[in-house]
Amino acid sequence: MLRQDSSRIDPKRRNVLDHRKTQFASPTYKETQYPHRLNFYETPPTADITLEQFEQWAIDRLRVLAELEACSFRNKSQVETAAHMKPLLEKYLPLESNTSSSSKLSAERQKDHYSHFILRLAFSSTEDLRRRFSRVESTLFRLRLDEDNMRERNAFIQSLNLDWEPVTEDERNKYLPELTATRGLKKGGDDETWYKVDWERVPDLVESRRVFLKAGKAFVPSKELPSMVIAEYTKRLDRALELTARALPRLDEDDRLTPILDHLSKNFVTPDASYSSSTSTVPGAEITARNVDNLSSHFPLCMQHLHRSLRRDAHLKHFGRLQYTLFLKGIGLNLEECLVFWRSSFHKITDDTFNKEYRYNVRHSYGDVGGDSNRRGGGYSPFSCQKILTEHPPGPGEAHGCPYRHFNLENLTALLQQTGVSDPSVLRGVKEDKDNQKFHMACNRVFEYVHKNELKKAKDESIMTSAQLETIVHPNEYFKRSFLLKNLGKVNTGGDDVKMEGYN
Amino acid sequence: MPHSVSPEADGSNAIAEEPMVDAPANDQGTDDDVTMGETNALPAATDGEDKKDVKLEDLFADVESDDEFPSSRPVKDEFSSSPAAAASPMDGTVPLKASDPELLRMFYQRFFPWRYLFQWLNHSPTPTNDFVHREFAFTLQSDIYLRYQAFPSSDLLRKDVLRQLPTRFEIGPVYTTNPRDRKTLRNSSAFKPLAKELCFDIDLTDYDDIRTCCDKANICGRCWQFITMAIKVVDVALREDFGFKHIMWVYSGRRGAHAWVCDKKARTMDDQKRRAVAGYLEVIRGGAQSGKKVNVWRPLHPHLSRSLKILAPHFESDVLESQDPWADSSRAEHLLSLLPDKALNESLRKKWDSSPGRASSSKWADIDALAKSGASKNLDAVALRDAKQDVVLEYTYPRLDIEVSKKLNHLLKSPFVVHPGTGRVCVPIDTRQLEDFDPLGVPTVQGLLEEIDSWTGGESKEEAGDGDEKEKSKSNLQDWEKTSLKPYVEYFRGFVNTLMKDERDPKVKRERDESDAMEF
Repeated sequence: MLRQDSSRIDPKRRNVLDHRKTQFASPTYKETQYPHRLNFYETPPTADITLEQFEQWAIDRLRVLAELEACSFRNKSQVETAAHMKPLLEKYLPLESNTSSSSKLSAERQKDHYSHFILRLAFSSTEDLRRRFSRVESTLFRLRLDEDNMRERNAFIQSLNLDWEPVTEDERNKYLPELTATRGLKKGGDDETWYKVDWERVPDLVESRRVFLKAGKAFVPSKELPSMVIAEYTKRLDRALELTARALPRLDEDDRLTPILDHLSKNFVTPDASYSSSTSTVPGAEITARNVDNLSSHFPLCMQHLHRSLRRDAHLKHFGRLQYTLFLKGIGLNLEECLVFWRSSFHKITDDTFNKEYRYNVRHSYGDVGGDSNRRGGGYSPFSCQKILTEHPPGPGEAHGCPYRHFNLENLTALLQQTGVSDPSVLRGVKEDKDNQKFHMACNRVFEYVHKNELKKAKDESIMTSAQLETIVHPNEYFKRSFLLKNLGKVNTGGDDVKMEGYN
Repeated sequence: MPHSVSPEADGSNAIAEEPMVDAPANDQGTDDDVTMGETNALPAATDGEDKKDVKLEDLFADVESDDEFPSSRPVKDEFSSSPAAAASPMDGTVPLKASDPELLRMFYQRFFPWRYLFQWLNHSPTPTNDFVHREFAFTLQSDIYLRYQAFPSSDLLRKDVLRQLPTRFEIGPVYTTNPRDRKTLRNSSAFKPLAKELCFDIDLTDYDDIRTCCDKANICGRCWQFITMAIKVVDVALREDFGFKHIMWVYSGRRGAHAWVCDKKARTMDDQKRRAVAGYLEVIRGGAQSGKKVNVWRPLHPHLSRSLKILAPHFESDVLESQDPWADSSRAEHLLSLLPDKALNESLRKKWDSSPGRASSSKWADIDALAKSGASKNLDAVALRDAKQDVVLEYTYPRLDIEVSKKLNHLLKSPFVVHPGTGRVCVPIDTRQLEDFDPLGVPTVQGLLEEIDSWTGGESKEEAGDGDEKEKSKSNLQDWEKTSLKPYVEYFRGFVNTLMKDERDPKVKRERDESDAMEF
């Protein structure tokens, strides 16, 4: 990004330059002006900035991105995220629209542009970082695109020159019934225009059946354009990150930038992996296969449901086994006990079948078998609520997932009542949470209800710090807290609070 | 077994990949115990997993001895092609298990269409990376699962299969390098799957809550209709909506069907696109507890209205008439839970309780009849119509095992292998005669061997032809051509030929060259 002195090139010889060099030479002119609020970050910055700016801008952007990621972990809706992010964005990464006639317009956009590229350098080194960076940057882009005003957004989209073929009048008339049968259009859809693209370019619209498909072409209504733009943005960013990663070893850099970049990427640790077994084990609990039935009263609803299904059918399907095995592993059940547990639970099958079909998977989850990386990493980590809520929704005959999300209200209420939660006000609260898609809140609400006496005691006697009582976002934390609360006084709670996720 | 071995679970095979010592076929044939059960396989399976600290030779010695099924003696007698022995299955011998090694050897040697399988995966007559870098996974007799097998040519694949006699084998993706060399790469991320057919898996066990005739692994002609309608719906969507041309449906050998979409465009799709196709086709969502499983937007998406049109007649005949899904009251209660109007439900319940054993088709008709008669004062006719459409979808729409389709690196059982439980060959299903396909009439490996033994050179009434020429053509016939496997192999050959022709198309070829060039 640091341009060598261009003065050495004889102006008259410019035309004979290798085209790749002209490609790098041209941004000097482009990047000095930012005609649009939004940016596809196609051209890297070339101007000089100070080291302080370099670091400060990057940190500011990182703060925003970290908060965005936290929002997605907390399962906030798009509207909530926008509301939550507004003050932060204004503070750290303001971007005014063209109409605002702010004097700082250009400076703001420059900061946005530069900070993006600095973080790109910092987060391109590993696949995991790249994936997360691209995900949060896309979220940020979506957020900004949504709040952009109509005219500027259209101008921006026009400027991208994406080759989308408008649907002709003929085609439109031919497929009108199909076209108008897409979701959320106004009656008749007369004033709607459509674009025809290869369906591969709008996979998310295809997946949710929001476009009409014909012979591999997707007919995209103009209101879905933003989603196409975002898909295009993510696609290009992913590719650019890949290229950056490849160029990174050749970054001819002294010791000024590298430490900063290293530091930046370390501050963006994976929250999911931070649930380590050392912090999850509960002192004083007898964690054995025999005792799981007793312990199950401390399990969150998802695990209780799995446990009940297992006891009822003497079987669980694949993802149910996986979710439950990892949870049991998380509460401290060791591999031998876990195998004993599954063997005795699947009492309708023969030893032979068990060994052939199930044993390996349990061992794989514990990292006892499998590829090098699996064994070194000790298998998978227990699923967080985030993962359970968003990945692999249960299909027919499957019992995994989150009951608050994947059950309908009647079945959820019935299950809650079976587990002894029948207070109408709690059930009403759960219903509201479910309607608002705040599945965590519902789960925490039930937790607070079930443990209300103990919580009160704990608070009064200040046995547990407030950090130990914040919202539960991991089934294993639910168990741990539940067990400690129900055994207050019997065991020492231990001082350290568990960091389940977060970026600090 | 799409779920039992996730693509990452590559552990148990690390050492088992080494070529096994070729087991002499019948050296333990003195043991006449034919009742060997699966228990025999157990010690070997566990050993395979504990292999880390077991010496290679020891391990294989063990596997081998297990591999030797004590029943090999009768097999030998039966299938040594002497005509006298061919009759033996009829006279009271215990029927052979389909996974019997001798039976499999005969099958792989004489019936399996190696050439077409090769051409199908290779897309050209001479070996390309499409075949050479393709992963195969074998399930051996001892239930050891060998992943990352790859073969430079069709012949070597055949040879290795004959040597190891897997009970079945699966096909995985084409990788960036030869899967056997994956550990020699400097960084492991350079070993990536590049292409695989887009696959779908439909399994009748997923219909257990709506089929009344069978459950679990059992099927009959009536519940096979669910697969028939599923194929119709998915096939038309893939062709018309996504524009795919080369779609092959394969009977999975017991209770379901697989689809292989072989277009180049489909093969090179990444996971996100596969997820998109899978999501587009998935309608039945939710587990046992989620209540209503169909939640679709109105107006119905064109794919859904078309599907509904295809499915409506099946709903009448194959569900209402033949399955009678709401005969007993608990199942009828489920139907009521899907309908929106409380008052209407109340009167329906009353009516059905008073006449137990009322047929499902009458119950279905009752809904409209009572709705018209004004059983509910403020009935929302549109909501009721939508709910009824949802019911039709819930009871007919394909239930796909979606995980198979979502991942590029998911393995799927190869066509034409034998299902170890039923002995049936996983034959392709001709969609032009979809309704005529009878899963229970599919050739079994045992049956095929009987057929070939009793084959005498064509129908005697055609004897009148030129004797010489007849003799010649007879000797040129492949073994599969002499049996009931013939139409299936011919269908497969036709499918592969059109696929290869499309790939040979100069335009497509250039595309492929370009993409190859980009990789380097």
